[in-house]
Amino acid sequence: MAQEQKQIDELTGTATTGHEWDGLHELNTPLPRWWLWLFYATIVWAVGYWVVYPAWPLISNSTQGAFGWHSRAAIVTDLDALRASRGPMVAKLAVASLPDIVNNPELLDFARAQGRVAFADNCAPCHGAGGGGAKGYPNLNDDDWLWGGKLTDIEKTIRFGARSGNDKGHQGNMPPFAGVLKPNEIPAVADFVRSLSGLPTEAGADLALGKTVFAANCVVCHGPEGKGNQELGSANLTDKIWLYGSDKATIMDGVERGHGGVMPTWEGRLSEPTIKALTVYVWSFGGGVK
Amino acid sequence: MNASTGSTMTLDQPAPDAPALARLAAEAEVAGPPPDEDIPLYAPSRKIYPQSTHGTFRRIKWAVLVVTLGIYYLLPFVRWDRGPNAPSQAVLIDFPARRFYFFFIEIWPQEIYYLTGLLILAAIGLFLMNAIAGRVWCGYLCPQTVWTDLFFAVERLVEGDRREHMQRDARKWTVETWARKGVKHFLWLMIAWWTGGAWVLYFADAPTLVKELATGEAPLVAYAWIGILTFTTYTLAGHMREQVCLYMCPWPRIQAALTDEYALNVTYRYDRGEPRCSVKKAEQLRARGEPAGDCVDCLQCVHVCPTGVDIREGASLGCIQCGLCIDACDNVMKKLGRNTRLIAYDTDINVKRRMEGQQPFFKLVRMRTMLYAAVIAIAGGVMIFTLATRGSEGISIIHDRNPMYVRLSDGALRNGYAIRIVNKQLRHRDFIVSVEGVPSSLIDFVGLPPRTDGRQLVDVGPDQTKEVRVVVTDYSATPPAPSTTILFKLIDVDTGEVAEMRDHFFGP
Repeated sequence: MAQEQKQIDELTGTATTGHEWDGLHELNTPLPRWWLWLFYATIVWAVGYWVVYPAWPLISNSTQGAFGWHSRAAIVTDLDALRASRGPMVAKLAVASLPDIVNNPELLDFARAQGRVAFADNCAPCHGAGGGGAKGYPNLNDDDWLWGGKLTDIEKTIRFGARSGNDKGHQGNMPPFAGVLKPNEIPAVADFVRSLSGLPTEAGADLALGKTVFAANCVVCHGPEGKGNQELGSANLTDKIWLYGSDKATIMDGVERGHGGVMPTWEGRLSEPTIKALTVYVWSFGGGVK
Repeated sequence: MNASTGSTMTLDQPAPDAPALARLAAEAEVAGPPPDEDIPLYAPSRKIYPQSTHGTFRRIKWAVLVVTLGIYYLLPFVRWDRGPNAPSQAVLIDFPARRFYFFFIEIWPQEIYYLTGLLILAAIGLFLMNAIAGRVWCGYLCPQTVWTDLFFAVERLVEGDRREHMQRDARKWTVETWARKGVKHFLWLMIAWWTGGAWVLYFADAPTLVKELATGEAPLVAYAWIGILTFTTYTLAGHMREQVCLYMCPWPRIQAALTDEYALNVTYRYDRGEPRCSVKKAEQLRARGEPAGDCVDCLQCVHVCPTGVDIREGASLGCIQCGLCIDACDNVMKKLGRNTRLIAYDTDINVKRRMEGQQPFFKLVRMRTMLYAAVIAIAGGVMIFTLATRGSEGISIIHDRNPMYVRLSDGALRNGYAIRIVNKQLRHRDFIVSVEGVPSSLIDFVGLPPRTDGRQLVDVGPDQTKEVRVVVTDYSATPPAPSTTILFKLIDVDTGEVAEMRDHFFGP
């Protein structure tokens, strides 16, 4: 070191550090002292953190900080503040009737915003993120409703579910006809059901037999014209919408084994304003009946 | 280290401005080698006592100081009537409402690219200044320079000019010394406090906030920001001063890399000044027919320098090029009856040319000044054009992600959209939304009751946006395409102003 310190840059008269890169030498200019003070200040600042915030790990927890600040408590505070700020609108939602909500732009916006979050949390796993549905899970955007698409219908289905075990919920199901119908009757009735909505039938399909079988077994629920019954949750077989699929094999499978998908009951699990918000949100997908 | 390369840079090879280097090297030898003791890792900062001066550049600096600080302190109080639905403050950054108001211009958050444009203009403007006359920003306009200049003025007012101040500091400190220093720091803190106070006024209605601040009703964040800016102003302008320029600021480093040899800089014309000698000696030398410079080595240029630089050593990192040394030198030259501007805005090239008996020349029109000016003109022009022609309404659309399309019970296809309508005017407006491009379509607004005339109009509040859910249904019998481009039109019912946005209608 001593040897290197003697190297002096002739131009500036400053000592060099002795480091040299391709003929360039590093001048040994001392740092300003305040820079050092700043460094000490950051250390003091860090010590302040230890004092103010939970910091040092102990055996079962950690040092708690002088003012009791805790990230969990901070989140609770934030959530409480959020609830408080939403409070007035939630209160309005709680007392407003469903038609009132839909006719009041301010309430509608709020209900849809609340409904969007509740839907994503509770409904999207089956019905899809935008209510698009899947095989066996109804698409909530279309205008075909098993249990009715008016605001009150939607609310009832959300509140009590279908085949959910709740006595107030929708109960009907599609029974299995395997063993009830003869083996040749099942394809015949499937072809006949396809013909109801104008779908092409297989060559040589026995539509006459199918019609007879349908009249004897299906009209009780699906009606003489196959238009279904929202009281019973029986599907309209004449429209273009098929919950399970419209191909012959799927229809035959449904006839043989029946259907009974479950919509859970949400009363008691979701708050009243949330159920209202969800109702309005689902209704506002576009398929809701006015 | 290899001993053969151990010697530091020497002047073996002639540099373009060899005379300057030679002189500096000679000075270094005169100063002698540094002491052979250990070099300290940290150096205490040298206290600088800049002397007052007067002259052209001092006047320019006073004018700039008064104008810039005047704008800064008073602008929040300037009123600008925008009507009942907007604040009446000319310049306001309204964070809660996400708006920026600048006189007749209102900027929304999504128009933040105007800030990008401003930053481009600021950067290129800085480069242009630098290409023309070096560190103009540092010397006259930089807040650090302006506030430090103001703090120097206060210091001289209370503790006296350079000589008086230095003498009092060197003597044993008396009650008077302490009292003067106390007054100085009090005044500094008052200026710093008002600096912080003015800052927060840009973020809320100024007269209201002043009243709230005075009565203790202002939000805590306002007091906190005043405290922060009081601290930074007091520290940076009162205590850190030239240290900010020397150690903190990136611009001197960038500037040194950006500049070229034609940029005007505050330059000591050593062709005229050297060899330095006293007036008497100069007379003797001239009588003998030997060369004598105009510089009398009075050190006035060093004494007035706010960063403690000796300009006669050439441009350096510490020199902010404020021109005060020009004033100081001119005053001395006038008294001696010699020509002024021994120190002046000039270039090293000209110094060299004069030494070689050539005429100096100035080259302001260069590739870089033209390019910088062109970039400023283009960026500024684009900004002015877009500002002048931007619409007062807007429509943005998000197509439903899931499901992409919906088959209705009668076989019709439906697509859902979230449409956000922007009303930038300060009045309520009714809009019609229509769609073009779907063969047989029906547009339906969810939860939007029709008016008495049957039309579904979207009512958007002043300076607000509104989101509506829209479903478009295609009843046509034609087989649908997987994707059809459609056009949404937003029409102001009253003015007929139209905004359009393309989107898609999806099918299987």
